[in-house]
Amino acid sequence: MLQGWVIASVSFTYLGVLFAIAYFGDKRSDAGRSIIANPTIFALSLAVYCTTWTFYGSVGRAASTGIGFLPIYLGPTLMAGLWWFVMLKIIRISKANRITSIADFISSRYGKSQLLGGLVTVIAVIGIIPYISLQLKAVSNSFTILLHYPEIVMPAKAGAVPLLHDSALYIAMILAAFTILFGTRHLDATERHEGMVAAIAFESVVKLLAFLAVGIYVTFGIYNGFGDIFGRAELVPKLKALMTMTDSGASYGSWWSLTFLSMLSIMFLPRQFQITVVENVNERHLARAIWLFPLYLILINIFVLPITVGGLMHFPDGSVDADTFVLTLPMAERQEVLTLFVFIGGLSAATGMVIVETIALSTMVCNDLVMPVLLRWKRLHLQEEQDLSGLLLTIRRLAIAAILLLGYIYFRAAGEAYALVGIGLISFAAVAQFAPAIFGGIYWKEGTRAGAIAGLTAGFLVWIYTLLLPSFAKSGWLSLDFISEGLFGVALLKPQQLFGLTGLDEITHSLFWSMLANIGCYVTVSLRKRPDLVEASQATLFVDVFRHTEGSARSRFWRGSAKVQDLLPLIGRFLGPDRARGAFLAYARQRGVDSAEQLEADADLVHYAETLLAGAIGGASARVMVASVVKEEPPGIDEVMNILDEASQVRAYSRQLEQKSRELEAATAELRAANAQLKELDRMKDDFMSTVTHELRTPLTSIRSFSEILLEDPKINLADRKKFLAIIVKETERLTRLINQVLDMAKIESGNAEWHTADIDLHEIIEESLAATSTLFADKRIQLVREFAENVPMVKADHDRLIQVMLNLLSNAVKFCEADRGRVIVRLSVEGSHAVRVDVEDNGAGIAEEDQHTIFEKFRQVGDTLTAKPQGTGLGLPISRRIVEHFGGRLWVTSSLGKGATFSFTLPMNMGGGKRQEERREI
Amino acid sequence: MNRSIITGQRLVAVFLLGCLLFNYPLIALFNKPGKLFEVPLLYLFIFGAWALVIGLMTLIIERRKD
Repeated sequence: MLQGWVIASVSFTYLGVLFAIAYFGDKRSDAGRSIIANPTIFALSLAVYCTTWTFYGSVGRAASTGIGFLPIYLGPTLMAGLWWFVMLKIIRISKANRITSIADFISSRYGKSQLLGGLVTVIAVIGIIPYISLQLKAVSNSFTILLHYPEIVMPAKAGAVPLLHDSALYIAMILAAFTILFGTRHLDATERHEGMVAAIAFESVVKLLAFLAVGIYVTFGIYNGFGDIFGRAELVPKLKALMTMTDSGASYGSWWSLTFLSMLSIMFLPRQFQITVVENVNERHLARAIWLFPLYLILINIFVLPITVGGLMHFPDGSVDADTFVLTLPMAERQEVLTLFVFIGGLSAATGMVIVETIALSTMVCNDLVMPVLLRWKRLHLQEEQDLSGLLLTIRRLAIAAILLLGYIYFRAAGEAYALVGIGLISFAAVAQFAPAIFGGIYWKEGTRAGAIAGLTAGFLVWIYTLLLPSFAKSGWLSLDFISEGLFGVALLKPQQLFGLTGLDEITHSLFWSMLANIGCYVTVSLRKRPDLVEASQATLFVDVFRHTEGSARSRFWRGSAKVQDLLPLIGRFLGPDRARGAFLAYARQRGVDSAEQLEADADLVHYAETLLAGAIGGASARVMVASVVKEEPPGIDEVMNILDEASQVRAYSRQLEQKSRELEAATAELRAANAQLKELDRMKDDFMSTVTHELRTPLTSIRSFSEILLEDPKINLADRKKFLAIIVKETERLTRLINQVLDMAKIESGNAEWHTADIDLHEIIEESLAATSTLFADKRIQLVREFAENVPMVKADHDRLIQVMLNLLSNAVKFCEADRGRVIVRLSVEGSHAVRVDVEDNGAGIAEEDQHTIFEKFRQVGDTLTAKPQGTGLGLPISRRIVEHFGGRLWVTSSLGKGATFSFTLPMNMGGGKRQEERREI
Repeated sequence: MNRSIITGQRLVAVFLLGCLLFNYPLIALFNKPGKLFEVPLLYLFIFGAWALVIGLMTLIIERRKD
């Protein structure tokens, strides 16, 4: 038998354990040994996303929409994939600027605007308070149901119970006390609550285990596994329908819009922002949360459908609300311990949500709503106060109590009404309004304060009109005519069919119109005016956060003068004098100064003071307060331009740098190539020099030795004398020829050679050359064959040079032919329609394939140069080839070893040359 | 830094894959009565795709080297 006192004592024991964990966490944190500095704890604490709306509500939702409960968890899973970029950036920004809430984030981004911070706070409070009511209702209902154990009695309408007998009131009071104890033990400059996070992570484990326990019990205890449950469900048409979605565009549309909505909610619900961003110890913890948090979500959802189906089959008459199946199924089976465990699970889901959400909201209410008003309203009075930290804590505590009280009042008023049941998604739609301002704020520098205010206001108003007011009307607080007839009876203004848009569910409908209004106003208004100086500097800090937090000083955004004697008491008034002095001292030590008084009140110190203060009272108020003691000088126009253009400049620099480095690489490559070429040329020159000197030395040696013989031996006979002199003359000639050729080659290569171009008849050239070499032929008795074609056209070339080529080819042919048996064929023909061809064919030793290239290189002679005396200068063929190429022709060799060689060259025809020939003949 | 940008991009790819899997028209393919392994087809598909997405994220995060 579960009696009231059992339930109450178990509940209080549970809360006691929570508090012990939180207390322990805070102690460890104070001692500098954080227990939450662990990625797994961080990921678990994110599961504060799963409230009683998940714990009890998923089954209720599944009972009416089948798998329609899933998008709420698929969205966060998908969004986690973008966290690596988006959430990391938000965390980095928040740490750099000591952001304490989502309102603080938005107001800081848009020039530390107090108006914007207040607006965000109002939206969050209005959107979230009913959600808190929902938690109260769930706990109160589950408590009431449990009290009647083992009978299953649905709780009476909330309003029907007298106030003092209403368990929800006591739950609200207990939670308020609990949250105050947790959340406002002291005023932390960073607004982090390590103990609370530890407790939340613990709660996440409890609610998951409770839900899995009941899921496993229903699936495998009451029924025989998934197959059994789904098999039986198939027999009931109503249940079978839950297994599929309505196959229509609208149902897929709302499926996706819910997914999208929950993607935004996981980022911007105040409690999620609090846990993910503000309470984050180390941004590296985010990595594991990216997969661990979705894993948590899938685990807590696996048994939703089996419990739903099981419950619907167990209570077929509809007397039991599907929202309570998680609790009533184990009750119906008389599982006392499990029932109690489920109740504790639901309690943990509720308390986790309420604690974090209330702390987040109270921070916002205090920093962005109350403090700005107080600071303006009673500035003089507050100025006299020496220590405002107590006042701040009091405001926070009052805010927590007020928020929970409001939640309770809404619960009493709404009760079972629609306004409470549907509030989960309505809350999501409210916080989704923050998305454009935040996403725009961290990626788009041109987004302005005016744009953000316009967008948020427009989106919020559309949300009120299309979701909140209709939910009031459905609860009976407004006339239903408002929904069915439209405002003032204008059909186009029907709140759930705005401008005649039908076919969407109410959430999708509202999401579409509110986002249209929100994004439209944000972008349009932002683009109307350039951001002012403060907005621009904040925009740079947010958008380029990764650049600014990686080492650069921020002081350039601020110029002014301040005194430590002014700053220290100011901070002390909000943080308490001791904490402030401690913080300044820590800063001073960091700067290598002994005491706070010796600090130089430069821009960095002012910034440090401002962020310290921002941690306590929010960015916007901190700015106002610091400005009251600091004489701020407006930055010069140059600085403004610097701030605005910084990003583009840096980008331009980096582009220039890249281009420079590319150019440099190209230049290096060119240089390397040129260097290689130079080296090659240098090597060739060296080779050339050594070959030339070698070639010169051979004739010189013989000339010298014969001359010495003649000089030293006067008695030498005449015949020998003549013979020696002949050798000397011959060697001198060879020397002369060699030198001439070297000079010739050099001239041709340097382009300084003289060319006397004229129309040439190759016939004449060949005959002249043959005449010049006839003695060579005769000496070796080599047979000469002429094969001349008729009517060969003239070519344009240098007469003497061509003779040089022919002489070279003919003398080579003779040189390599054997005496007596040698035969040289000289051929003249027309090749194709454009060229005249000359072949000189011999039947000598021939040239091996691999040597056919080298013979055209300077000083290369085929054959064993070590044993055989070189038979030429090694310059003839290279010179000949250059001459032929100079006139647009080609010189090559075809040969194979032992079968003789044919040297051929072609020269382009001189068009119309034939006529000339005739003319010449006439002459 | 490069490595971590690669990790981010891989995660974005998984995000896009998830958007594809949890959306019309793929979801419509499985939106039919009928069961596989004794579990309704649509239910199995969504949980399977969900597990796949989480599995990929786990691989990407835990095997990164930065």
